Amino acid sequence: MNRAGSSTHFNLLARLLHWTMALAILAMLFVGVGMVASLSLRPALVSLHRPLGIAILLLVVVRLANRLRHPPPALPAELPAIQKAAARASHILLYALMFVMPLVGWAMVSAGGYPVTMFGGFSLPAIAPHDPVVYAVLRTAHTWLALALFAVVLLHLAAALYHAWIRRDGVFAGMASGAGRYRNDIRS
Amino acid sequence: MPDLDPAVTPASRRRAIPAWLAIVLIVAALALAFAWVAGWLSPGRLTSQRFTNAIETANGQVWRGFRRAHAKGVCVAGYFEGNGQGVALSSARLFAPVRTPFVGRLSIGGGSPYGLDAKARVRSMALRLDSDDGQQWRMAMNSFPFFGVSSVEAFYEQTRANTPDPATGKPDPARQAAFARAHPEFARFADWAAHAPWSTSWANTTFNGVDTFRFVNRAGDVRNVRWSMQPQTPFAEMTPEQRNRADADYLAEDLAARLAKGDLRWDMVVTLAQPGDPVNPSQSWPEDRPRVTLGTVVVESSSAQATGACRDINYDPLVLPTGVEASDDPILAARSAVYSVSFNRREHDIASGEAAAATGHAAKRESDR
Repeated sequence: MNRAGSSTHFNLLARLLHWTMALAILAMLFVGVGMVASLSLRPALVSLHRPLGIAILLLVVVRLANRLRHPPPALPAELPAIQKAAARASHILLYALMFVMPLVGWAMVSAGGYPVTMFGGFSLPAIAPHDPVVYAVLRTAHTWLALALFAVVLLHLAAALYHAWIRRDGVFAGMASGAGRYRNDIRS
Repeated sequence: MPDLDPAVTPASRRRAIPAWLAIVLIVAALALAFAWVAGWLSPGRLTSQRFTNAIETANGQVWRGFRRAHAKGVCVAGYFEGNGQGVALSSARLFAPVRTPFVGRLSIGGGSPYGLDAKARVRSMALRLDSDDGQQWRMAMNSFPFFGVSSVEAFYEQTRANTPDPATGKPDPARQAAFARAHPEFARFADWAAHAPWSTSWANTTFNGVDTFRFVNRAGDVRNVRWSMQPQTPFAEMTPEQRNRADADYLAEDLAARLAKGDLRWDMVVTLAQPGDPVNPSQSWPEDRPRVTLGTVVVESSSAQATGACRDINYDPLVLPTGVEASDDPILAARSAVYSVSFNRREHDIASGEAAAATGHAAKRESDR
């Protein structure tokens, strides 16, 4: 396996965005599932959940633009076709959910007739009509899409560790580090 | 470490076993942590959903499309007019001498949308105020002057103690007595419920915020406050005989009749805490705390809740403008959480077409269909 240095690693911006968003998305999933259940933490968690969700929406726009300008490294040629297809499908799904989840959340809050409060009295405009049917559909969608996102995130994590610890093929290193440290950082 | 992919040999497979184990453990740990946070692993934990379930059980049945608590009421509309006195206390826009329109709701306690107006010990007023700076303030106030219990757990126990016994259709007095023994602070509330005079109308009822909030002014000074809407309509007592004779919808009819003659007004009176005053809504503040009138709630019209503008509003008392913040009052956070679940459930009822009575599409009670 001899992939050229520049194409074996994601660029710095992609790596920065990936790891920032990985933390943010995991935090969002836990905050989300916690705030709907908690009788004491809901106010604090809701006021974190809304702006963090919008931040993820903004970041994913930057991330997609960067990805289109700087295509990610190719998967190793020797990777079985089915695994390549699974990787591609899961990445498309992850991007789709990263866009859709914040938009559904924003629309859902709008449809519930709530102010889309960000911070310091600043709110976003409503992007859906205040309507019980629209609200109910979006509220249900937000839950199921969140569970789907969590499942895909876990799958993505498992696959990343499989590349890092079992295949040891440089795929994990491509996101974990820059080209300068190629191969020396995937030792488990 | 080999520079190429590991060749698949029995030896390499054996080497991979700890790695596979580590991967499975990491993924499983995350999934379990998620399930734990969600409350799925702890059936005994009191969550917003379980609290709402207890309220539905106490109601005797689920009234589809209606609020799970304070199910019966009417929508009202009007405005709040600040008198400028509040500007020094809070930067909230509506304390300036301006008119801030609201969509509100006057209601009675209880989970049935067919409760008897004149028999409901608790009455409430909710407001959604939209100020001209684009901010919103939602309030949910009650006729009781303090909360009956001091913790969310006790509130839950109270709800369970009030659940009707299937055999009699009424709460079990022994269970209610056991609750009262376990929560001596409840005696004050029971005393209020038994002895406070009943007024003849929503119009001459005082509505208390009960929970503690923080006012923050432009300079950043923070003060704990509580507020009440004190009626300008003079108090008149409603006797037990009058209550027994009154129509089921007495309060709504009385309100409509009064509004036909003119607007109804309440003064917003804010009580300022001294350092050390409790934030817990079961504990009153000393009588000598300063009180300031910051403006007037003016109700101009009312409409049926099934088709009125208040129906699809969750009067979450934690939707606050800048200048007003939540305190550490535990009941306040729990109200916000349970109202949210109640709102989700009734909006789902409406969306799935199971709420004909709640949306005005059935002339008869749903249970009679």
